[in-house]
Formats: sequence, structure tokens, C-alpha cells
Amino acid sequence: MTKIQVRNVYKIFGPHPKKAMDMLAQGKSKAEIMAAIRHGVGVHNASFEVQEGETVVIMGLSGSGKSTLVRCLNRLITPTAGSVLIDGKDVMTMGERELRQIRQRKMAMVFQNFALFPHRTVRENTAMGLEIQGIPKAERLSRATEVLALVGLETWADAYPRELSGGMQQRVGLARALALSPDILLMDEAFSALDPLIRRDMQDELINMQNTLRKTIVFISHDLDEALKLGDRVILMKDGAIVQIGTPEQILTSPATEYVARFVQDVDVTKVFTAESVMKHSEAVAYLPADGPRAALRKMRKHNIAYLFVVDHNQRLVGIVSADAAASLAAQGKDQLSEGICTDIKTVLPSTPAQELFEIMSDLPYPLAVADENNKFKGVIVRGTLVAVLAERGGVA
Amino acid sequence: MNIPKLPIGTAIETGIDFLAVHLAVITKASAKVVEAVLRIMESGLLAIPVPGFIALAVCGIWLLTRDRKMSVASAIGLALIWNMGLWPATISTLVLVVVATICAIALGVPLGIVVAISARLHKIVMPVLDIMQTMPAFVYLIPAIPFFGLGKTAAIFSTVIFSMPPAIRFTCLGIRQVPAELVECSVALGATRWQRLLKLDLPLAASTIMAGVNQTVMLALSMVVIASMIGAKGLGGEVWKAIQRLQMGHGFEAGIAIVIIAMILDRVLQKLGAPKQKK
Repeated sequence: MTKIQVRNVYKIFGPHPKKAMDMLAQGKSKAEIMAAIRHGVGVHNASFEVQEGETVVIMGLSGSGKSTLVRCLNRLITPTAGSVLIDGKDVMTMGERELRQIRQRKMAMVFQNFALFPHRTVRENTAMGLEIQGIPKAERLSRATEVLALVGLETWADAYPRELSGGMQQRVGLARALALSPDILLMDEAFSALDPLIRRDMQDELINMQNTLRKTIVFISHDLDEALKLGDRVILMKDGAIVQIGTPEQILTSPATEYVARFVQDVDVTKVFTAESVMKHSEAVAYLPADGPRAALRKMRKHNIAYLFVVDHNQRLVGIVSADAAASLAAQGKDQLSEGICTDIKTVLPSTPAQELFEIMSDLPYPLAVADENNKFKGVIVRGTLVAVLAERGGVA
Repeated sequence: MNIPKLPIGTAIETGIDFLAVHLAVITKASAKVVEAVLRIMESGLLAIPVPGFIALAVCGIWLLTRDRKMSVASAIGLALIWNMGLWPATISTLVLVVVATICAIALGVPLGIVVAISARLHKIVMPVLDIMQTMPAFVYLIPAIPFFGLGKTAAIFSTVIFSMPPAIRFTCLGIRQVPAELVECSVALGATRWQRLLKLDLPLAASTIMAGVNQTVMLALSMVVIASMIGAKGLGGEVWKAIQRLQMGHGFEAGIAIVIIAMILDRVLQKLGAPKQKK
């Protein structure tokens, strides 16, 4: 379901936006308009959609308009033109009261510099949104305590923000947003002010959290590694305009413009890495003939996956079994896996360059197995983690 | 060439005369009421035995500041005033200062809030405040007389006008200094302007506003002395008498009493204004 729909949004900064809009229509650039009439073009004809439960990262360098664009979504900044539909309702035509309703309950925002209230405790900060909704004190504080436990800060509930480290402060910021149980999270450079190590932890936590919460997230970042790691899709912006929208793979492998290509060239470490270096050493395998369908299902549940590679007692790869296949075997009362195994699977050698993996994986319905010359099972490559691993190591290399 | 003198003074005079003529009935009547109230307050306070009063005041100071040195110094200072025979004059001055300050703050702080919120009002009010603060204090005494006649009400009126600007200025400053990201955050949380004011602006501006209140009290104290020229009496009245009779000693004694009161008020208010150290 489409959660957010942004259509032809423009934002001009200056006293006479109309003039600047006319100049844009004549094909003048952002720099020309700034030089001629000293008006800033914040956002230039941005259109995109965000599906429910999706994480979209809007990324660009500073001044690219990404922060302006995200503020158009909850109308902290009112666009000069265009429409922003949240669940099909246009925020541009909303009155004050309706707008406040949407900000209080539907969209919560997390800020780069945390924006915690210094005169309130961590718990009171977390309860701030609920307080504004008018929820009674006892109720909102107890809800705040619950959310703080979710971000691992329950022991700090009565501390003041200045007593916390940056990472902890941002957890409070996140808790304050989550306390509203919003459908949509707007995260404006939420992790940019943090140390690299803490930042990575927070990214991992967000990914974990997202696995269970399934919020719709619009994440702003100037960090390509972060964008590739977090985003189901990435929106690249330059000079207020969107230059490419695509999955992390698409951005990496087929940059739409020279600009995107230049942007991603630093991350293009795919040539250096091989299948072996990006694969996961998976313990989640079924052994023949020891494991039956029930054992296979249990392993899948334990590792939260929908497939299982099957190996024989010499660690040689036999095939793959899906959860559906295992379940139907179990339902029939069979105690052997062999009938449900799909043996016609694609494998790669550990030495395969990572660059080729994208193509191989692009239309593969299940993860890619890595096996050596003797067909001995080595590990698994999952699509999402491939990009994340590359992005992360690219950042370090 | 002979440039005619611009009728600025005449214009102001005509304006004030006009107002005075039409409002005098009300203002003069209210002056009577105010003066009666002040008299009741004064005699009430003077009814308390002086040692008891000093003990109460020192207890209050200790409770507010938790500063032993200051409490002792205040006790000595107040005892000195009593010893110099200036107790009734001091009480009279204190009552004037307190009443004038309360009025100045009651008007100044809300006005400061409004000025902080409205950019247009900010543009209008700030230059007016500049004028109010640079105008020699004595000038405010003159228009007070046609409205309220000689006496304490006129003194309070001119004191309020003279001491209000810092209350407005500091309140406005404190609210405008609230970090933009916190303002943005409260809007993003869906707060109304009123909620933002109560939950964010005022708590964060509190210590700045208290600094303004402190200034207001100090200005009020200095103006109450000047206002002795239009019949404010009190410690200022003692100074004024000493000037007219060239009693140097008595003048200084009253001066010292004013300094003691000023220091006590200043320190207590500073302590209240300092951000509280929580935990």
C-alpha cells in the first residue's frame, strides 16, 4: 500500500517564490536563480512514493535539499507547489488542527542533534509527544518507561539529557518518536552526529527493530554507506532535484547519471571482494539423512529464514529446501527430507568476484550458495546483506 | 534664515494635558485607593516588632538561598538600618519597590512574550524601549503629577514605567534564545503555540527572565529614590531632605540603607534566577 506520495513538490526560499518558479519553468538552474534574484531553490520538482513498511533513504550532499524535502512531508516547511499525500490525504490542504493531529499520531520525527528538552528527564522527554496529545501523566510516563526499555535505556529514565552520551541521547530521541506509535518515522540525519562505531550499532539496531515493527521510514543521510545499508530504496538528490530512485543494487550497478556514478565510485569495491569475503558462514543447514522435515522447520524458525540448504555428512551441498516444502512433507507424516529438496540450484565458487554476484543474484528467488570445487558447502550470500557488507567495508577500505 | 522651533514640547504637553483632563477623574480616584492600600501595607509591616521582622526576613533569606554567610550579613545590615533609625523609611521604600516591581513584571513579562512571538511588534517595541531606557529618569516624574498628583501613586507610576523595559527585553530575549531545533521538534510533535510556550519557551527562558526581574527590581529601587522628589518619601525622602538641608551625615546614612536593601534583594534574586542544579 502506498503510504506517502510526493507529487511535483517545489520549495523556493525567498520573498517572491513565483518569480523563481517562472525562471525554473524557463529551465534556469538553481545557481542562476540565486545569482539573478537571490532566491534559493530548496526542492525542485520532487516526486516519489513510499510503500507501507518500506525504508526509503533520501541521500545527497549538504545543500541538496534532502532535509527540506523531508520537512515538506509533515509540513514543518510548506512547499511552494505540489502535493504531499499521506494515506491519500493531502497535507497541503489540511487545516492547523488536522495537521497537528497527523504530527501527533501519524508521523514522528527524529533529529540530527537529538533535540531533547534539557529541562526534562529522559522519561519526561520520551513522554513529551504523549503529553502534547493530552494523555494523563501516569499513563504517559508508564508508556514512556516501556518504550525506554525497548531502546535499552530504562535505567536512565530519571537522568537528564546532558548526563547521556550522544548515542544514548539519540536513543531517547528515537524512543520519543516511537512512544507515539506512529505509522511513519522521519529520521533527519538521525545518526550523523554519532561516532562511527556507535553509528553502526544504531544502524544495526534500527534494522533489527524494523524487522519486527515494520514502520514506514524516511531516512535522510549524506552517507552513501548508510543509505545502502538501511534503505530498501534510495533516493539520490542533487541541487534540490531527484537524480535517481532505486534499490541499493540499482544505484550501485547502474547509476543513472554521471553524478551518481561519481558518488558511488568510492563504494565500487565489488571488484576487490570475492564471494568468500562477503558470504555468511551459515550454521543453518539441514544434514542428510539425519534431519527430517520437522527438524528442518525448527531450524528455519530458529534462524528466522524461509529456506535451508541441505548438505550430506561430508558437508557436500545437496540442494535447498523451502519452508513450504518441509511443511507439506511434515503434514504428510514423512520423516525424510529428500523428496522436498530442490537439487537444481545455482552455486558460486568462493573466488567469484563480488561484481558478478549482483547479476547472478538479480533473478534468484533464494539466497546464493557458495561451494568449492568439490561442491563442499562454504556459506550463503543474501541479497540485502551483500550490499550492506560491501557498503560497510567500502567505507572502511 | 530663521528656522522656526518645532513644537515637540508643545505637542507632548497638549497631548498629556488632554489625557489628564479627561482621565484625571479616574486616575486621581485610583491614586486615592492605591495610597490607602499602601498605607495599610506599611502600617501592617510596621506593626511587627523590628527584631521579629529581622528574624523573619533572615529566615526567609536562608530558606531561599541556603547561604549562611549571606543570611548573617543580611541580619547585620538590617540591624544597622534599625540602629540608624531608618526603619520606617526603609519599610516605606520596600513597599513601594515591591508594589512597583510586581506591576512592572505583571505588565513586562506578558508584553515580552508577545513581542518575542510577533516579529512586527518586536520592530515597534524595541525602539520604544530604547527611548524609555535612555530618557533621563526625572522626566517620567513630570507627567505622573497631572494624572496622580504628588504622592506615592505618582511615584509608583513613574517607577513602573522606568523599570519595565528590562522585564520586557529579557523575557523576549529568553524566548528568542530557545534553540531552533527544539522549537522545530515541538512543532513536529504537534504542539500548539500555547503548549510550546508553556512546555518549552518559558521553562527554558526562566533564568533569563529572572535576570530581567532582578534588573527591574534594581531599577525600581533607584527610581523610588528619585521619585522622592514627587512625594515618595521613604529612604529617598530622607536623602532628599538631607540635600535640602545639607545634612551630609544623614544623607549618607540613608544612602547606606538603600545599598543594604539593594544588595539583599539582588543576591536573593540572583540565587533564585540561577538554573537549579538538579541531581
